[in-house]
Amino acid sequence: MADMHALVALMRDLEDQLATCMRCGMCQAVCPLYAQTGREADVARGKLALLDGLLQDMFDQPDSVAERLNKCLLCGSCQANCPSGVRVIDIFLKARAILAGFTDLPAAQKIILRGLLARPALFDRVAHWSARFQKLLTRPANDLLGTSCARIQSPLIGRRHFKPLAAEPFHRSAHAHRHTPAGRTGITVAFFVGCLIDKIYPQVARAVSDVCDHLEVGLFIPESQGCCGIPALSAGDTATFQHLVRHNLDQINKAPFDYLVTACATCTATIREMWPLMLHDAPRDLRTQAAALAEKTLDISQFLIDQSILIPTGTESVTRPNPVPVSYHDPCHLKKTLGIASQPRDVLRATGGYRLVEMRAPDQCCGMGGSFNLKYYGISSQIGQRKRESIRDAGCRVVATSCPACMLQITDALSQADDPVEVKHVIELYAESLK
Amino acid sequence: MLSNATITALGEIVGRDNVFTEKADRLTYSYDAAVLDAQVPAAVVRPLSSTALGRTVAFCNSNGIPLTVRGAGTNLSGGTIPQADGVVLLTNGLSRILEINTQDMYAIVQPGVVTATLSAAVEAKGLFYPPDPGSQAVSTLGGNVAENAGGLRGLKYGVTADYVMGLQFYDAGGELIKTGSRTVKCATGYNLKALMIGSEGTLGVLDEIILKLIPMPATRKSLLAVFDGMDKASETVAAIIAQHIVPATLEFLDNFTIRAVESFSHVGLPMEAAAILLIEVDGHSAQVADESEKIEKICRQMGAMSIRVAEDDAQRDRIWTARRSALSALAKLKPTVVLEDATVPRSKIPAMVAALQAIARKFDLPIGTFGHAGDGNLHPTILTDKRDKVEWQRVEAAIAAIFEEALALGGTLSGEHGTGLAKAGFLAKETGMGAILLSRRIKHALDPNNILNPGKVIGG
Repeated sequence: MADMHALVALMRDLEDQLATCMRCGMCQAVCPLYAQTGREADVARGKLALLDGLLQDMFDQPDSVAERLNKCLLCGSCQANCPSGVRVIDIFLKARAILAGFTDLPAAQKIILRGLLARPALFDRVAHWSARFQKLLTRPANDLLGTSCARIQSPLIGRRHFKPLAAEPFHRSAHAHRHTPAGRTGITVAFFVGCLIDKIYPQVARAVSDVCDHLEVGLFIPESQGCCGIPALSAGDTATFQHLVRHNLDQINKAPFDYLVTACATCTATIREMWPLMLHDAPRDLRTQAAALAEKTLDISQFLIDQSILIPTGTESVTRPNPVPVSYHDPCHLKKTLGIASQPRDVLRATGGYRLVEMRAPDQCCGMGGSFNLKYYGISSQIGQRKRESIRDAGCRVVATSCPACMLQITDALSQADDPVEVKHVIELYAESLK
Repeated sequence: MLSNATITALGEIVGRDNVFTEKADRLTYSYDAAVLDAQVPAAVVRPLSSTALGRTVAFCNSNGIPLTVRGAGTNLSGGTIPQADGVVLLTNGLSRILEINTQDMYAIVQPGVVTATLSAAVEAKGLFYPPDPGSQAVSTLGGNVAENAGGLRGLKYGVTADYVMGLQFYDAGGELIKTGSRTVKCATGYNLKALMIGSEGTLGVLDEIILKLIPMPATRKSLLAVFDGMDKASETVAAIIAQHIVPATLEFLDNFTIRAVESFSHVGLPMEAAAILLIEVDGHSAQVADESEKIEKICRQMGAMSIRVAEDDAQRDRIWTARRSALSALAKLKPTVVLEDATVPRSKIPAMVAALQAIARKFDLPIGTFGHAGDGNLHPTILTDKRDKVEWQRVEAAIAAIFEEALALGGTLSGEHGTGLAKAGFLAKETGMGAILLSRRIKHALDPNNILNPGKVIGG
């Protein structure tokens, strides 16, 4: 354990941000975790009060603060609804970094984060071998959703219905590492694939590639892409985070492009918001590059609509007599962090054969929260259950979203309930409609 | 600190998982929304049944443990700040709507039901629960009753007290007491429910609340009128009331607040305006049309610079965005926000607003004022940074000056936030010592061991 006063000195960095919370408690209305537990330590106000307690040196148990701070989906619902505009997520990530420095990462997380994520090539190799062997450990559960559940009940898998790793990750496919010229649009995009899409949903990456080809957008897919860094940041591991940003920037900046697009809400939010924010102690060149890239990073739907690549029709372009009802789930990192909600819906409306039906509270968190799901599976799936009920009540046959992590969580909830609803990425549906 | 035996006993009553004793957890129940010093309680309990609630109260009484009941902790006067040697009792495990009776138009709720949850549930059945405190998205009905919470609709529809038909509460000894009924009229016994309403957890612990519901108004219409002088705006308020029109809401924003709202949310408010009135009438469509026309005419006669009438729901929402974002727009300017609720007879609003401006100048503090012009309930909002000790002394002096001024104008220290800790020291100035001494005798009779939220309202 490091010196408490050194910790306090580091926490001073956060003082001005923490002082803006007026303890009004309005975050209780929107926190998906608090809705389940009703405990103040689970909601932003309680966590900010705990950090404040550490800061004022009134409270001397950084471990117990860290434990409560880490029990958070980082969905940003509180920040989006905060009357005082407290930058809750910035505070939490900075505080996690500071606290992790003292309490050290748990050994297992250290191995995964430092050893695997920080070295993309090794991560890919491990994932590759896992994909080959996973059939021995799992059995098919739901054919429609393509999930598997644990053949052998392992403590890690529990009762999850998880999507298996793809037999062939995107980066090994024929579509990867493309560099096509800008066509009619005159625009070239670089495509940041992201771990989950690469390894679990490569078809989403193929869809991005197909859509760019169809709409004559030049596509550059950088080689040897790494993780965007959010798992490392969530664990407070800023060294790994910085390493990943540097690696990715080196790869991405190898060719000129107009925009960086992703099909993962979390990657988009991380690159746009966290890359510039969380590099405060990094070398100047890295900060400058990250800030410049953040400016031109867009979600795929946002890119298509805002750059007028796709012209929204306002109403569904119905191409068959019985359009399939599709509902859209707003990923927290897209709507609450970046304010992107209309563009994915516009893409869906431009997708032939579907009819958009809104679910109840489409922007209610699905409960995934990345590593939160691993640590607090029980609460995570209770939150997922609420999302599943909204989807069921919407009467849709397909639920679309813009984030592979949300897709995993929603698939888990629907599969366990045996609901006949497909889970798709918006861009997948659009790409399919082109065929 | 509480002994292990005490903790074990509490665990037996409410279940071991519902007693929080770790310091980190206790720290998160040490504050509410008032700008006051936090106080970490000795334990926190979360009963999940009425029986467990009553037994907790009885246990605390027989062991002399101070007990502070907490709903959402949104209190603005410090009423939910606990004692260091005391227990915080959470009501959010008692959050069921027990009945909504559409025939007899009442609802029965447990104390932990969130205000907005009940409003939505009764609205789904075509009924209306009017009290709408600013924190209604999270505040609990138990807290609303204990504080006699108000809201934007006070002028026409009254406050929480006007909707409490009956109560069931535990007295300090843990006996279940019934008062009032589910009938429109009830003339039996002492009116104990009136004593409980606004008692801030010092006289008993609420267990069930019977609330009056009314029919949902058929239509509503909103207007926004801009004035170049505060006097013109308040004369308009007086003229509207003089014409015997009672709007559902009649709100105003001063120039400081207008500028804060406009630079924050860009809803198209004129930055140079001295005051804005936001008015909504509701009821039968013919009445609404007639009244909104009359109000528009009055505003014009009184010299409004411009009047905007909402033609549809979207325009109505835009008008109310200005009012709804008032507090958050002000809150974003400085780290600490002191939200007061001194209330004056409505004819004294121009005098009060002028006094507030003078106070802001005298103590060199930014004060934005908005609030319920129709019922004289203003929200002077002092913007500061509590870490600045020198400025904080001026803030405390300004608060005292606001209280003095409100009382001098025949008003009250608090229209809707309650006395709590924040105003306990000033109460004698409003009521005189006689009322406080009588209140203390009542308190002693009902709570002889002084365990129920000690120190609040009447000090001691």
